[in-house]
Amino acid sequence: MTRYLPFILRNTLRNKRRTALTVLSIFISLFLFCTLRTVITSLAASLESASSARLITRRSTSLTFMLPVSYRDRLAQIPGVADASWMTWFGGIYIEERNFFAQFAVDPQRYLELYPEYKLTPEEKDVFRRERTACIVGEKLARKYGFEVGDRITLRGTIFEGVWDFTVCGVAHPATPDLDTNWLLFNGEYLNQRMGDFGQVGAFVLKLDDPARAGDVARTVDATFANSAAETKTETEKAFQMGFISMLGNIQAVIYALGSAIVIAIGLVSMNTMMMAARERTREIAVLKALGFADRTVVGLVLAESLLITLAGGLLGAGLARLVFGLTDFTAGGFFPSFTVTDGTVAQALGIALFLGVVSGVAPAWNAARLHIVDALRHTG
Amino acid sequence: MENLAGDRPIITLRGVSKTYRRDTIAVPVLAALDLDVAAGEFLALMGPSGSGKSTILNLVSGIDTPTAGRVVVAGVDLGGLDGAALAAFRARHVGFIFQSYNLIPVLTAFQNVELPLLLTSLDRRQRRQHVLDVLEVVGLNDRSDHFPRQLSGGQEQRVAIARAIVSDPSLLVADEPTGDLDAASAAEILDLIGRLNREFGKTVVMVTHDPRAAERAHRVLHLDKGVLVEAVRREQP
Ligand SMILES: Nc1ncnc2c1ncn2[C@@H]1O[C@H](COP(=O)(O)OP(=O)(O)OP(=O)(O)O)[C@@H](O)[C@H]1O
Ligand SMILES: [Mg+2]
Repeated sequence: MTRYLPFILRNTLRNKRRTALTVLSIFISLFLFCTLRTVITSLAASLESASSARLITRRSTSLTFMLPVSYRDRLAQIPGVADASWMTWFGGIYIEERNFFAQFAVDPQRYLELYPEYKLTPEEKDVFRRERTACIVGEKLARKYGFEVGDRITLRGTIFEGVWDFTVCGVAHPATPDLDTNWLLFNGEYLNQRMGDFGQVGAFVLKLDDPARAGDVARTVDATFANSAAETKTETEKAFQMGFISMLGNIQAVIYALGSAIVIAIGLVSMNTMMMAARERTREIAVLKALGFADRTVVGLVLAESLLITLAGGLLGAGLARLVFGLTDFTAGGFFPSFTVTDGTVAQALGIALFLGVVSGVAPAWNAARLHIVDALRHTG
Repeated sequence: MENLAGDRPIITLRGVSKTYRRDTIAVPVLAALDLDVAAGEFLALMGPSGSGKSTILNLVSGIDTPTAGRVVVAGVDLGGLDGAALAAFRARHVGFIFQSYNLIPVLTAFQNVELPLLLTSLDRRQRRQHVLDVLEVVGLNDRSDHFPRQLSGGQEQRVAIARAIVSDPSLLVADEPTGDLDAASAAEILDLIGRLNREFGKTVVMVTHDPRAAERAHRVLHLDKGVLVEAVRREQP
C-alpha cells in the first residue's frame, strides 16, 4: 500500500551509510552477474549465428595439418554438395602480438559467394578476385584500426614466415549484428604462390543443397577420403565452432559457480543489514503493534524495506550493465561478435535481487510478527 | 455483582489473575481482581513499584492477556479475540500514552500522529485534516514538520497524545505520562489529559506515582499486594 511508502523510505534512510553500502554491494555483485552471464549469452549467440547449412572439412588428425587443394573439385562432385571452397588460417601479427584478430587466406573465386551474410559490393568482390595482394576486412576490424579501402596492411607471418603486405579492397558489413566481423581475408592464391605453389589448404567449406542432410553428406565426404594419404573430418560449421569453444573449458560451469558464490556472499551482507536494522527498532515495532498495526502489516513493512534496498541495488546493477555495455560497444577486444546484456539477463538479475530481498527480510519480519509487545516495551529503550 | 462505577461501564474486569513465569518459578502479580470503570471516568492507579499497575493497563488495553478471568472493554470481550482481532480492537478503541513518549524518531510530528490513521480507510486529504485538527487540540500545529529530537519532552508528549486521540478512541491509557517531565511540563500534560476527559469525553486510566497527578482524577485506586483499594472519589462534574 502506497500510504506506507514514506514511512518505509524513511526507515531505509535511517542509517544512510549502512543502506548505501548494502545497495552498493548488491549493485556491484549484480553488475558482475550481468557481465558474467552476458559472456555466456554472447558465446551462445555467436554459435547461433554459425550456420548448419555449411560443412567444414579438415584434416582428421589435427587442425594444424593441411589438405591438398585438389580435393576441392572432388568435394564439389559429391551428391548434396552445392558448392565447395577453401580457406587457410594465416595467424599473422599486425604490428604487435596483442592486436589479435583472425586472418584467413581464402579461395578468391568462390569463398565470398559461400558467405552471403557478409555484404560486399560487386566491385569490391571483383577487385578481390583479380588483385593478388587484395584483402577484405570486416566492419568491426575496420572500425577498430580505422582501415579504409586503399589502405596498406602489413602482417608478420608466424606459420608462413615473412612480411606480407596487403591492400584493403573492401569492407564487409554483417547482415545481422550478432555476426562477427573482426577478421581479415586475403587472396589465397597469393599465399600459394609465395609458398612455392605448395597446393595445401587448411579446410574446405561446403555449401549444402539441403541442410537437413548435413549428417549424410558429412559421412559421404569422410568416406570418400578414407584410407587416402590425407583423411578428412567433416562437421557442420556450428559443430566446428562449438569444438573451438569447448576448448576454452567449461566456461559456463565456472561462471555459474562464481555467480552463485557472489550471490550467496551478498545475501549474507544484506541479511545482516536487515537483522541489524530490525533489531535496533524492536521498541518501535512494539509501539506500532500497540497502536493496532496487525502482524501482517509489520511483516509487510519489514519485507518492503528489505526489498526496496535489494531491488535498488539490482536495478542499478542491471541498468548500469546494460547502459555501459550498450553505449561502449564493448566486445572484449573482439572476442565476442557482440556483447549485449539481454532482457533475460536483466530479468534474472532482478529476480536475484528479489530473492535476496525476501531472504534477508524474512527472519526480521518473522521476529517482528512474533514480538511480544509488553516484553519489548519493558526491556528495550 | 454491584457496579462499582455507576452505569455504562466501559471497562469490566472480573476475577482477573496474572501470573508470570520466570523459568520454573511462578510470580503471581494479580489475583482474582475485579474492576469497573465508567464511560467518561478519569481513573488514577497508584501503588508501589512492582505492584502490577502497568499489568492492569496492559490487560485493559489488549496488549497482554490474563492468566484467568474476563476482560471486557467497550463491549468487547477480549478473551475471545485472536492477535489480529486484538490489534483491530486497539486501533479502534485504545489510545496509548507512554512515559517515554515512544515517537518514531525518523518521522515528523505530523507523520507520527498520522500513523494510526494509516490503518483506517481515510484518504490522504482526510488524514491530513484529522492530524491538523488534533495537533491544534494539543497546541502544536506550528511544530508539525519537526522531528521528535527537535522537540522538548513536553512537546514530544503532546505529539504522543495527539497520536493517541487522532483515531478518536473512547479510552486513553496512560502509564506514568509525566514521569519523564519537569513540574511545569507535567502540569501542562495533566491539564491536557483533563481537558480530553472533560471536553472530549475520553475515559482515562492513568498510572502515576505523583499525588499531584492523581489529584486530577475522579477516582484514585491504590494497588497493593494484588488488591485494589479505593483511596479517593470526587464528584464527576
Ligand atoms: N514478563 C514478565 N516476566 C516476569 N515478571 C514480570 C514480567 N512483567 C512484569 N513482571 C513482574 O510483575 C510485577 C508487576 O509488574 P508491573 O510492571 O505491572 O508493575 P508496576 O506496578 O507497573 O511497577 P512500576 O511502578 O515500577 O512501573 C513486577 O514484580 C514485575 O517484576
Ligand atoms: Mg509500571
